[in-house]
Amino acid sequence: MSARRLQGGSAPLRLLPGALRRGIERFAGRHQSLAVLVGVALVGAFLPVIVGVPPFSGFGNRNDFVDGFANAGVFVLLALGLNVVVGLAGLLDLGYAAFFAIGSYAYAYSASPFSHLDVPFWPMLLVGAMVAATFGILLGAPTLRLRGDYLAIVTLGFGEIVPVVFLNSDTYTNGTNGISAVYQPSAYGLFGIGSFGFGNPWPYYVTVLAIVAVAMMLLYRLQDSRLGRAWVAIREDEVAAASMGVNTVTTKLLAFAIGASTAGLAGVFNASKLSLVSPDQFGFTVSFTILAMVVLGGMGNIWGVAIGAFTLYEVQSVFLKQLTNFVHDIHLPAVDLGFLRLDISAIDFVQYQFLLYGLALVSMMLLRPEGLFPSRERKRELHESAEEAAESNEEVVQA
Amino acid sequence: MTRRPGRALLVPAILLLLATLDWSYVGTEQFVNALTIGAVYALIALGYTMVYGIIELINFAHGDVFMVGSFVTYWLLSSLGFNGTISDLPLLVVVLVGTFLAAMVVMGGIGVVIERFAYRPLRNAPRLAPLITAIGVSFILQNIIQIFFGPSPISAPQVIDVQARVNLGGVDVSVVKLFVIAVAFILMIALQTFVSRTRMGRAMRSTAIDRDAAQLMGVDINTTIAVTFFIGSALAGAAGVVQVLYLGTTNFQLGFQAGLKAFTSAVLGGIGNITGAALGGFLIGFIEVNSTVAGFSRWSEAIVFGILVLVLVFRPTGLLGQQLGERA
Repeated sequence: MSARRLQGGSAPLRLLPGALRRGIERFAGRHQSLAVLVGVALVGAFLPVIVGVPPFSGFGNRNDFVDGFANAGVFVLLALGLNVVVGLAGLLDLGYAAFFAIGSYAYAYSASPFSHLDVPFWPMLLVGAMVAATFGILLGAPTLRLRGDYLAIVTLGFGEIVPVVFLNSDTYTNGTNGISAVYQPSAYGLFGIGSFGFGNPWPYYVTVLAIVAVAMMLLYRLQDSRLGRAWVAIREDEVAAASMGVNTVTTKLLAFAIGASTAGLAGVFNASKLSLVSPDQFGFTVSFTILAMVVLGGMGNIWGVAIGAFTLYEVQSVFLKQLTNFVHDIHLPAVDLGFLRLDISAIDFVQYQFLLYGLALVSMMLLRPEGLFPSRERKRELHESAEEAAESNEEVVQA
Repeated sequence: MTRRPGRALLVPAILLLLATLDWSYVGTEQFVNALTIGAVYALIALGYTMVYGIIELINFAHGDVFMVGSFVTYWLLSSLGFNGTISDLPLLVVVLVGTFLAAMVVMGGIGVVIERFAYRPLRNAPRLAPLITAIGVSFILQNIIQIFFGPSPISAPQVIDVQARVNLGGVDVSVVKLFVIAVAFILMIALQTFVSRTRMGRAMRSTAIDRDAAQLMGVDINTTIAVTFFIGSALAGAAGVVQVLYLGTTNFQLGFQAGLKAFTSAVLGGIGNITGAALGGFLIGFIEVNSTVAGFSRWSEAIVFGILVLVLVFRPTGLLGQQLGERA
């Protein structure tokens, strides 16, 4: 069972030669959690090395890159959580950033001069996850009985309301200014990598790698569990799943709660890393970005989603910036179309990242709905339904 | 899309009922404001409800079609050299009619293009797929506008004098607002007549009820759906013109909020139901203005979405939309 799943789930491995790939797949099938751990550790060790090599070394120093990787890790976590809701259970959540916000504010309120509280970071990781999960259940309980697209709009509304509530509850959240000087974690001298701080991104990097590895291990096990199969069953046919004895409301609620808790966890980490939480960090664009990451990576595929999230984050934070500098430096002449003047060398590509995401979403859904790194099962399902539809159309034409 | 045209009378009836209530605590001015804002929401909500009625898709890009409509209006008026109020009445009429026609045709065309390239290929795909492309289209529209017109809000020429007022049965009413409300009502009546009286309207209704059966009866599904998108987007374009006339400002992010409120209106009235969408739009207008007057302006969005959740949980068919009960 799990061997078969991992074959499909580890699409990037297809780049490797056959014998090596089969060996890795056999190992990963037998020791799934260990394989995830080794995979994350290898990627984690590889990234800081590769950025010291040209052309990457020309884009910034290693510490800045590692800092960016730690931020990317936050989005990998978020994408992994949203993948449970959208990819596995097939529920479109458009207000996912709300849970990220709830986790962030939970930590910021518990550990900052603003509230005169100082709860340690490590237990707050769990508390933040639980608080977010609670809100996931509170939102999900009345709305999960609705059909999928209604759920999308309700979550969209929720995603809009939560930042407004944080913005307007001045007493607890400090309003527009947000909560600043949030305490950074204490490493208790455990890791031997120095203390957490703005100048030293390494502890954050190691921490986020560890969280991502644990989250991925848990998610793989969940996906293969009874609950994971129930999610997939609901995604494919809710009526059929219900008639086979799956409690659809509880199952969907659990998907919502687990997705939310991952976002809560990411929120706590992000609040401690940025040391600042304000309502404008959690707009619809954040939910949209995470959704684009999940769709691009391949809905329902844990490794694919992680890679998709990392890639998209680096594209927006490194590639677009470099492209802007590059285009600026080559001094292209401005195009004048009469009614419109387009000065290409003055374009700030970072500003148009959402155009890129929008195009990516549309073209992915039209051309490759299974994502860049699809799970084999999901790909088969998606193409089956298209073939069936084509067949039924032919029947209609013949009739 | 209901068949019973008698329901169309409900909207004026309920509005009349609201008018007889004691509005002294908010004032006539706010009552007219509520009607005007409601008219904008209602025009946008019609597009949501028609598209949902016929292909059961929440067209997330619809709010942005409205936003693009307001920019088309701005571009049209300013490139023709109109920078402010037009006092010459015949010229004003020509400009208004021309602007409405142009904006509606352009936006209708854009709506058809969006349907053709982003939704039609996915008509038989899993339900999640067209929802995701709709969000993608929404962001593409926003960014295209941002490339052309920049990110900051734009003040657009208000060709009707906003100061002008007319005495209506002892009540002093702003001409612009009266005009906006009248345009909305005319368009809604025209739409209702089109859907209930014409051959294409009948094709739309039958496609909404059962697409396959309609196809077997000789209805051209693709054309019918394209026409639905054309009309819905044209109405959003009209709402865009109204936005410029009434508020004289627009920005590239306008569509998101307006779209959500209009969608709430459509759900409140009963999604798939044209009369319901109009009613819902006016009700949301009243709720918004009342919450502002009552001092909750910072919470008005939260209140609207709270209503959306409550309606969906307790009466997912909305106020008027009974025929969609089992689908919701």
